[in-house]
This record gives sequence, C-alpha cells and structure tokens, in this order.
Amino acid sequence: MIAIKLAIRNLLGAGLRTSLIVIVLSVAYFLIIFMNGLYQGWERQAKIDMKAWEVGEGQYWQENFDPYDPITLVDAHAAVPELFLPAVRAGNAAVILYTQATIYPEGRMLGIQLKGINRGQTVIKIPSSRLTAPEGEIPAMIGSRMAKSAKLKEGDDILIRWRDVNGTFDATEFRIVSVFSTSVPAVDVGQVWIPLEIMQQITGMTGEATMIVRGRKADLPVEVPGWKFRDHAFLFADLDAIIRTKSIGGSIFYGIMLALALLAIFDTQVLSIFRRQREIGTYISMGMTRRQVVGLFTVEGAMHAVLALVVAAIYGVPLLLYLQRTGMAMPEGTDEFGIAAAERLFPYYSTALILGTVLLVMIATTIVSYMPARKISKMNPNDAIRGKIQ
Amino acid sequence: MIRISVLLVLTASVLSAQPSGKEVLERIDANMSSDSRYVKSKMVIHGARSSRTIESESWIQGKSAFTEYLAPAREKGTKMLKLEDKLWIFSPATDRTIQISGHMLRQSVMGSDLSYEDMLDDPNLTDKYDAVVTVSETYRETDCWIVEMHARTVDVAYQMRKLWVDKKRYIPLKEELYAKSGKLLKKTELTDIKLRGSRWYPGRITFKDMLKKGGGTEFIVSEIRFEVKIPEYLLTKAALR
Repeated sequence: MIAIKLAIRNLLGAGLRTSLIVIVLSVAYFLIIFMNGLYQGWERQAKIDMKAWEVGEGQYWQENFDPYDPITLVDAHAAVPELFLPAVRAGNAAVILYTQATIYPEGRMLGIQLKGINRGQTVIKIPSSRLTAPEGEIPAMIGSRMAKSAKLKEGDDILIRWRDVNGTFDATEFRIVSVFSTSVPAVDVGQVWIPLEIMQQITGMTGEATMIVRGRKADLPVEVPGWKFRDHAFLFADLDAIIRTKSIGGSIFYGIMLALALLAIFDTQVLSIFRRQREIGTYISMGMTRRQVVGLFTVEGAMHAVLALVVAAIYGVPLLLYLQRTGMAMPEGTDEFGIAAAERLFPYYSTALILGTVLLVMIATTIVSYMPARKISKMNPNDAIRGKIQ
Repeated sequence: MIRISVLLVLTASVLSAQPSGKEVLERIDANMSSDSRYVKSKMVIHGARSSRTIESESWIQGKSAFTEYLAPAREKGTKMLKLEDKLWIFSPATDRTIQISGHMLRQSVMGSDLSYEDMLDDPNLTDKYDAVVTVSETYRETDCWIVEMHARTVDVAYQMRKLWVDKKRYIPLKEELYAKSGKLLKKTELTDIKLRGSRWYPGRITFKDMLKKGGGTEFIVSEIRFEVKIPEYLLTKAALR
C-alpha cells in the first residue's frame, strides 16, 4: 500500500513528463480497443450477412464443384438427392444450379454466372419469390453491383447466351424483374438469378443442382454420397484470413503508439533510478529490502498504465460508444473486392477485447518498469546514500 | 390436264437439278479440303474502339495444325498446336506451354470473334448434321444454294447452320450459326474468291459475333499452298519451344 501511495505521489510530482506518457499510453489503449473492435465488428457483421445471403447453415456442393475453378462448373451438376426433397419442398433448403453464360448489355460482352434458384426457398435472403413474369417473358434478377456494372435496371431486357448440358449454344432475352441490394458481393457481382425450373429446362439439367444451401430447420445428414458438406468453418475461412491479415496490418499502427509509450516509461525509469540514488539508499538503510525497493519502482512505472486507463476511459468510452452507435462509412469500392462488407461498419467491443487490452498494456508496462529497476538490487546502499554514481 | 403434266415435268426437272444437302457438302469438301496446306494470313480484329492485326503462318494436316504468330511484337513467337481435339499454346513471354481445355476452349482467341473451340470445330459436318438444300437464292450477284443443317447429334455447339453455296464453284459465300432458340449467333462471310491452283478459295473470311458490337474479325489469306509436305516434328509438342 505504501508503494502505491509513494508511486502516485512521485508520478504526480513528475508533472508534464507523467502527463505525456499517460496521454500516449491512453491513445494506445484507445486505438487497440477501437481498431480491434472495428475488425471484430466487421467479422461479426460479415458472418451474419453471409449466413443470411449466401451460406445459410452450411452448403452441400456437388462433388465436382470448385468455386475457384470455373472449368469445373461444366461437370458440377447432379440430381438433387431424394433425402433433400422434403426440406426443399418445405423451403428449408435452397437449390442452386450454376452455369457459365455471357450477357450483351449494349453490345458489350460480359461473362457471368447464370444461377437458378428455387422460388419457394426461405433459407437465404435472395428474393427468389420475386422471380415471376407475365406469360412469354423469362424473369431474371440481379444485385445492385451487377446492375451498376452492366448498366441495367428493373424492367430492362437482357440478352443471355449459354450452353446446355451437351455444349450446344442457346440464347434468349430475359426480363430484369428485380434488382436487390446486399452487402454480400458473392451473390451479386457477375451473376444473374433465374427460377430454378427454367434454368433446369434451358440447360437440359432437369432435377439437377450444383449446390444446396441448408436451412436452420432442415434436418439433413452431413454425409451425402456425391455431395460434399461445407460447414461454417470452411465457408468463413477466406473471410477469417482477410480479417486476420487486416488485423495484423492494423496492429502495426497501434503497436507503434504502444512502443512509444513503453519506451518513454523505460526511459523515465532509467532516469529515476539514476537521479534518485540517495532515496534508494535511504529506503534500504531504513530497513526496506532491495526487493521491496525494486517493487516500489516497478509499481511506480506500472502506475502509468493505471492512470492512462483512467484518462483513456474519460475520452475513449464516450467516443467508442458513439462510433459503435453511428458506425463508420466503408471506403467507396470496398465491396468490389468481393468481401462481405456493409456500407457502414459498426465496431463491436467484446469483454475479452477490453480486458485483454488492459491486461496487455498493464503487463507490458510492468515489464518495462521492472527491467531498469532490477539495477537497484545490485546497488551498494552506502554508495547510493552518498549519491555516488554506480 | 396437259398444263398439270407440263407443271409436273418442270417440277421434276427442277428437283433433279437441285442437289441434296449431302452432295453440296461433299462438293464443298472436294473443292476446299486437302490433305495438307500451308497458310500465311493476317487476322484483323475490329473492336468497338480500335482494330489490331495479328500475322501468322500455319501448317495444317488433316485434323492437326501448327500455327506460329509473327506480328505484332507482343504476340510474336506465340505458337499453337492442335492435335485432333487437343490444343496447346506456347507463350514466349512466360516460357510456358499450356493446354487449352474445358471452359478455356470457350474463350476468345486473342480477342477475336473466334473461340478456341471454333478453331477445333470438326469441319466434317455431314457426320453431325442433316443437310437439306432449302432454296435457291442470289447472294452477292451469285446464284447460290441455301443449305440448312440441323444437328443430328446433341453434342454440337450450334443447333442449326445455314450455308449460302455458290452453285457453280461449290464454295460457301456465307454461313450463319444459330442457337437452339433460333437466335442468330455468328456469321461468316467468304469473299475475294480466287482460283488457287485447281481450287476456288476465299482470300478473306469475316467472322462476326452477331450479339456483340464491333466490326468482327477478318481473316486475310496472304499465301496458301495445298498438298505441301509438312515435316513430322512440326506437329508434335516439341515444336512449340
């Protein structure tokens, strides 16, 4: 207790020097929590959106399907297994059939993925129920990014060319009946959605699918012959990797702030021990053990982190809460990289993040405070009390 | 009664003059096909904004062909080898040989209106199509038979083809390729037809993807020699490097 009292008195006595260290350290606290909160918020939001729009409760891929290899699409289709049919009929499984196709907006040639989806599905938020059109028209639906890049809008007719299951060309006009908005580019960029039964009919793949998205209420086995089940860990792996990379990049930024503060604490400790040799000698001669004196100086250094925490809380808590409520606008074009990202990003500060940050800064500060203080244990008290440089 | 008889006789004589679709295709093959040939050509690709020219020379033997690109500098040294239904490309920039297969076959050849698959297309149409001479028509001031070809097998790229064939020289002047829906997809025009040796052959072939903008792709024959002796090594993968 005496160590804490002395530490506070000494720190407050140091005035400007303590203030500068505490401010820099408080900024480090703020930045660590804010930036990690931002990435956690992005990850949380992206996963919620991906589940809602794309991955559902996992996906069954036809065994030849590889989303990174468009060549596999030609052979990536098979009859929907019988055991899926009750879930499909109840709307608890979304059946999707893929093929490569080409559209010609204003005579330009654009490669796309033509996707058929069952209208009655309620598993993902693709508004498949809107895929209706009057007799003689074939309905199609696109996302807002696709609409922007191809300069298309609701009510437009679009010429699509594709190949059927045997490789024979076919082409006809489709009517854009809906343009939906989503934060998940994976169901938007370069894609045109049409009703599943029309897709199966025009490609000659009757009753077939490339992928089946499992709904929450669907009771389906993981192992299905000819199909590979992809769980959330697999489907979110790319997102996790991107966020991890971004997070490491961001840590350099707040790492510099933290390093500056720790360096300042280290310097302060070295200077204190050099300048306060008489005081150290007095403590020892008055009966304090060397260990107690080392502890006193270590606590003094570590108190910077406590004061910084108080300062960071004063300006940081309102600011972090404000940012959590209003969110931050993502830079223009972020979604074109193919990563799920909403227009505004809302940071998420978990208890683990806050406690972890406090613990990290406290431990780091204690270590850099202890390191110079170790010299005290080697001091000769007689020389120290005389102020002799050791 | 006499009138009807005359009409029947006339109709019969007209029908007998009209060859079958198969006959027309065989006559085309007899005129244009050869066991081997050497072609030096220019491919002019007319894009929406600009045009570019690619020069090449090819050695063709049966279903195999070797092509080397000569110009522009960017494409110079690129080589292409077609053996039956397989296609390889050697790019000097990457010093790599890659096989064009699967979906890549559907990509455009150097930005032209031709796909790699079009290049691999088996010219023997009689195996896969039922050909019928539908009508006689004057096209580019030439009397032509119009031959409609409907796919007999399902594994063809185009469900229907239509050929305008010169009645005298038995050379196609135009070809149209249709989708299953009946939509016109591609058009090929053969012009500058000259007698080269004993064969009538076009000096210029224009390919046009009818769904996209642009002036199409012109294939200009600078030099052609038939029944040439092609060294064996040229039609092997070793020749690519």
